[in-house]
Amino acid sequence: MSKTAELFLYTLDNGLRVILKPIHTAPIATNWVWYNVGSRNEFPGKTGLSHWVEHMQFKGTSQRTASDMDHAIARLGGMWNAFTSNDFTTYLETLPANSLHLALEIEADRMRNSLFDPSEVETERTVILSEREGSENEPRWLLSEAVNRLAYKHHPYAHEVIGERADLIALTREDLFNHYQHHYHPGNALLCVAGDIEPEPTIDLIRSLFGSIQAPLNQPAQPESESELPDFQRVELSGPGETTYLQVAYRAPQANHADFFAFTILDSLLAGPSSLNMFGCGSVSNRTSRLYLNLVETEYAVALAGGLNASIDPNTYDLYLTLHPTRQVQDLLERLDDQLNQVRSGQITQAELDKAVKQSRALFAYGSDNITNQGFWLGYANVFANYNWFTSYVDRLASVTIEDVIRVANHYLDPNHRVIGIYHPEQE
Amino acid sequence: MSEPLFSKQTLPGRDDITRHVYANGVTLLTRPNFSSPAVVVRGYLPVGAVSNPTEKLGLAAFVASCLMTGTSQHDFRSLNDLIESLGASLSFSAGVLSTNFAGQCLLEDLPTLLALITEVLSQPTFPERQANRLRAQILTALDIQAQNTADQADETFDKLFYAAHPYALPGNGTPQSIRAITLDNLKNFHANYFSPLELVISVVGGVKPDDAIRMVDNTLGAWQKTASQQQPELPPFTPPAKSLRGHVALKAKSQTDLIVGTLAPATMGEEFNIASLGNNILGVFGMMGRIGENVREKSGLAYYAQSVLSNGLGPVPWQVVAGVNPDNLGRAIDLILDELRRFTSEPVSEEELDDSRTQMIGRLPLSFETNSATAQALLNLERYKLDFDYYRDLPDILAKITPQQILEVARHYWQLDRLVITSSGRAL
Repeated sequence: MSKTAELFLYTLDNGLRVILKPIHTAPIATNWVWYNVGSRNEFPGKTGLSHWVEHMQFKGTSQRTASDMDHAIARLGGMWNAFTSNDFTTYLETLPANSLHLALEIEADRMRNSLFDPSEVETERTVILSEREGSENEPRWLLSEAVNRLAYKHHPYAHEVIGERADLIALTREDLFNHYQHHYHPGNALLCVAGDIEPEPTIDLIRSLFGSIQAPLNQPAQPESESELPDFQRVELSGPGETTYLQVAYRAPQANHADFFAFTILDSLLAGPSSLNMFGCGSVSNRTSRLYLNLVETEYAVALAGGLNASIDPNTYDLYLTLHPTRQVQDLLERLDDQLNQVRSGQITQAELDKAVKQSRALFAYGSDNITNQGFWLGYANVFANYNWFTSYVDRLASVTIEDVIRVANHYLDPNHRVIGIYHPEQE
Repeated sequence: MSEPLFSKQTLPGRDDITRHVYANGVTLLTRPNFSSPAVVVRGYLPVGAVSNPTEKLGLAAFVASCLMTGTSQHDFRSLNDLIESLGASLSFSAGVLSTNFAGQCLLEDLPTLLALITEVLSQPTFPERQANRLRAQILTALDIQAQNTADQADETFDKLFYAAHPYALPGNGTPQSIRAITLDNLKNFHANYFSPLELVISVVGGVKPDDAIRMVDNTLGAWQKTASQQQPELPPFTPPAKSLRGHVALKAKSQTDLIVGTLAPATMGEEFNIASLGNNILGVFGMMGRIGENVREKSGLAYYAQSVLSNGLGPVPWQVVAGVNPDNLGRAIDLILDELRRFTSEPVSEEELDDSRTQMIGRLPLSFETNSATAQALLNLERYKLDFDYYRDLPDILAKITPQQILEVARHYWQLDRLVITSSGRAL
């Protein structure tokens, strides 16, 4: 066991890593189990496996039916959920602290004992297709899917987490169960508990529940990362409506890359600050960001947002724009390039950097009043780095210089290596 | 009933909520949370969409959107720069009966945030260029709404359900009405309706009650103005006397959104908690209650299928909502009607009642986990004129509810020959 100022860190003999963080502000605790598996670990023809496995984890084990688990959590007034992303799948429960054992028992059970009943697999197939259909209703989601496909030559980030429709129709129970068996074990997991707990009895309980679970020796295949975007590409979609959407994607560094923090500042001054909080703990608007002032204020666009993801492998930095109805796409793109050129040529002030750092500090403070969010923080940074990445986040932003931002802007915001996606409204 | 899972004293109550009424009619509610380095502010004024002239629908929302575009002391840029440089947030919106505001900041910046809220509410200048820019944004938002299946099902529900009542009218306006709103309309609406009288503000976070009282005294408490017009009284509402069905066909939609609804009991009235407990059984508990169990878990027809009991001072709906594949729409409606038949013909079981009751009670501490949730809860105490110990008394109130009471309320409100059913998606 090692201990930092606020954390208790353990590794069980079977490889399960554990982080405990006592917080005694409310009589609740949150439990998160993180698996290093997501759509990043899927390949063409088998996309959507990780997300579907996540759904099946709520369908029962050899010890507990689906309703046993669901009702036991609900009866306590607890909440539970799960999320699948490119890089991870995570399961959480937040409940009264004196009932934490229930969450741990369920997670230990479904780490290896989920049933994947064939009839449940079939029922869930239509539920997941329905989930995808809900996303397909949104033009911006369709555009994002099309842009992502072009942003990678072979890396699995090219596929949406939910998977390709054809794959969702073709995947079998065996595909799902093999994926589960391969990736769900103590050696591929991190367990985080935050809240009204005492470390010693908590780790004793975790040892008793998880310590006997065997970790297979397999090593998941790692995809080859793509640090450069393919040459300039453009994709155009059309559909009903009267609104034109644009998405412009550039290559962005992975979270543990030295450039990531300078890129975070760059994103903040271009499109406004992003939050690392997961549960709506507050946000800061982007009305004084460069692109808002020069694209929205000047009525080239009616809305804009930036998207930088902390990820294991190089990802994309996306700018999402909604065209002003009186403008042409080309006008907006030229205006956008003017602004990016200004940044690349060094027209940045220290005041902009200072603002970005203050905003990050505030967003951190907003996230700290939510114990569930603190549990999220414990595990999230470990997906691509470690908890120090998280605790040093604001300080590392504060150490970014104007020169860093200019260099990163020139390296990554390359007009010859980007994907431009446009969704045109169809004329009736 | 088993022993409580938490102490009621952890919930907001008479001993930790401070209420202060200022001479100008502003009411402050505050509750300290010294574990938080941040503060959340929420509030409302009694003016909303019901004050819209018929030919100027969307006026109240348009006014709220304009508030952050300039004051007599700050233009758009300096106003937003001030907020964003603090890492703070401040936004305004209009509902049917109120104009609402929400802000968040670090503790050290609370005086500045309160001063800005006061300035924005009392001295907006409605700059013409900004108003026209916002008009384009609102029109684009309406275009997007016109292509959104959930929004279309919802709008159609309101039209059919509320018929001649003002709630049938779209609060955000129509393209025609938004184009018809003039700068004078915006200024006059603000001049006529905005005043400190009946303004309610809640402040929750790391601030002492006495400090909060003093800070509000120096800001909103010092606002002197009398409104020349009062919000009109709502006319009485009679729900439809027969079942109504509406569908909005939209092209290129993979999913159809569905609403089956009726009138809800008056929020916080005698029947409200009975209906709330019944609703939890019907479509919330565990994986979306009986509705979720039947429509999603057993039949795989939908990603989401749940029941929603709305809150509000006026006549609000009680709905079952679902997103389904268009081919499954009829089957989903049949399954929902089957569940409603069961809900209105036989008492819920003691086990179901106990499960849901325990969940609702157990969830109370989680409900107050964040400053923003607590701030909203304080506003609700004032809005619905509830006793300050309401949240602490709720477990005892829920404990006394019987299956027969739920059946009576269900039968009274869910009259199956008087349902409004709306959907939007592929043409039928």
